[in-house]
Amino acid sequence: MSTHTAKESRLGAWIAMAIGCTYFLLPLIATFEFSLRMKRGEYSFEAYKVVFEDPQFQATFGYSIVMAIATIVVGVLLVVPTAYWVHLRMPKLRPLVEFITLLPLVIPAIVIVFGYLRMYNSSSFIPLTGSERATDFLLVCSYVTLSLPYMYRSVDTGLRTIDVRTLTEAAEVLGAKRATILLQVIFPNITSAILSGAFLTFAVVIGEFTMAALLDRPAFGPYLQLIGANRAYEPSALAVIAFIVTWASMGLINVFGSNKHARPTR
Amino acid sequence: MAFLEISHIQKRFAEHTAVHDFSLSIDKGEFITFLGPSGCGKTTILRMLAGFEAPSVGSIVFDGKDVTHVPTNQRNVGMVFQSYALFPNMTVAQNIGFGLKVAKASASEIDTRVKEMLSLIKLDALADRYPWQMSGGQQQRVALARALANRPKVLLLDEPLSALDAKIRISLREEIRELQRALNITTVFVTHDQEEALSISDRIVVLNEGRVEQTGAPSEIYNFPRTRFVASFIGTLNHLQGQVVDTATGQIRVGEHTLVTSNPLDDLKNGQTCTLAIRPEAITMGPGSGQRNTLQAVVDEVSFLGSIVRIRTHLGAEVLSMDVFNDPNQKLPARGDSVTLGCALENVLVLA
Repeated sequence: MSTHTAKESRLGAWIAMAIGCTYFLLPLIATFEFSLRMKRGEYSFEAYKVVFEDPQFQATFGYSIVMAIATIVVGVLLVVPTAYWVHLRMPKLRPLVEFITLLPLVIPAIVIVFGYLRMYNSSSFIPLTGSERATDFLLVCSYVTLSLPYMYRSVDTGLRTIDVRTLTEAAEVLGAKRATILLQVIFPNITSAILSGAFLTFAVVIGEFTMAALLDRPAFGPYLQLIGANRAYEPSALAVIAFIVTWASMGLINVFGSNKHARPTR
Repeated sequence: MAFLEISHIQKRFAEHTAVHDFSLSIDKGEFITFLGPSGCGKTTILRMLAGFEAPSVGSIVFDGKDVTHVPTNQRNVGMVFQSYALFPNMTVAQNIGFGLKVAKASASEIDTRVKEMLSLIKLDALADRYPWQMSGGQQQRVALARALANRPKVLLLDEPLSALDAKIRISLREEIRELQRALNITTVFVTHDQEEALSISDRIVVLNEGRVEQTGAPSEIYNFPRTRFVASFIGTLNHLQGQVVDTATGQIRVGEHTLVTSNPLDDLKNGQTCTLAIRPEAITMGPGSGQRNTLQAVVDEVSFLGSIVRIRTHLGAEVLSMDVFNDPNQKLPARGDSVTLGCALENVLVLA
């Protein structure tokens, strides 16, 4: 009787999974199939060739990669010490910090960027939109804000797997200063968590549209929108490329998620 | 001046006082144990010695230098934690050499010292292992080697054996004591386990609610507890309610029996009630020889505990337990038997 019920529930699970997969994969397969139809009467990668050969694609994609790397660096330098300090000295503030880091999920990007434009326009006290480099810096800052929920959550989860306080004290008693403790004891033990946050940040930044468009920067997001509005097959190819980039990031999270050396001490 | 001088330290956390006016002088090479139940302040004192907590009042002096406000990383103390606290990303050798690397020792110096420490803890073959590839006992030995690698002035041990199996606990505590004696390193050990404290220490400080109850050698603490708390916390004790008959001759009435103690009754008056304490192993079957108390009791229970047998009796309303060594040739009394018990006068303690 119980075997019968188990079989039934397993069948139900398979059906649910099949429906889910169809829901997610069917549009993707259709998009991919459509992207191969650029040449009449045959399947080809012509749309991909056109996209890859487009100098604007190379420029915007390259620009977004640079922005993503800068965002990851700034984000890690901001989030890791903050999360470490909260774990070590102010554990009671953790819910508040979590709440603050989740705000970018609640506040629309357009609201944030309008705030930036108001605060940092060329006639303001800090005219960050006055030059291209300064606007790039502002864009990185806005991306850091946007990716804060993902980066903070990843790092926080990583810190929860180690005994931060005891490891810090053990290193301190051996003569280490805070910077040494962070770099040699804490960082290496949460590498996989930092990488997870980094890849999520990369995936978020690479296709971001609102911030880049309103700050008028040549990023991949606005390029996607531009191509989507004016071409037929290339947008599909770009959508597939964007999916591949995101999935590659997710795959890398899984690869680095299993840290080969570090195991929690408790 | 003692090697480690703790003078009138106090620690307050908001409204709560964790440590009240604690003072202690520790000699070079001495092994001191802070013993007490959870929340008695023993770990807080240890953390103040390490520099993790600053005393609210008082001073701490290491080898003539006031370190009360010196940061932890400049105190040159070694510490072993209950949870081992080995760095998971580093191998055994890297863990042991971490302090030396921080101190900017040369690579050859680090290598030599790490090998020396590995040989000391007899784990030479495990230099390249990661902490998670070792047992708890091995990890704690590595933690000990790491703490000693920098040649610290003081070694602090924060319940280092609590997370280990019973057998490993005993072997590791013997190892710790051997190493401590060989290196002649001043050591402060924190535990709530009385057996550990009694077996390993030169002196024990018994703490309760942030105050020192008694300080002394293990045998002194065990045999002559000065307070009711120490008597009840260390070992097993029979507590008997009595009334002083004559302070001059040490006679105290317990129910229908009169017991005599050779311990002074200076603080008591004739007719005053008091509590007597007698260790179970201080009571013998039969009246014995010499000046002894002789009591008639009735057996309630005989419990076989392996090497010893605990016999619970009653003297009127008072319960009296005694421990005898297990001897297969000795006939044990049965429940309900009337037995004659003996107890030396000096073993009848009078608690304040």
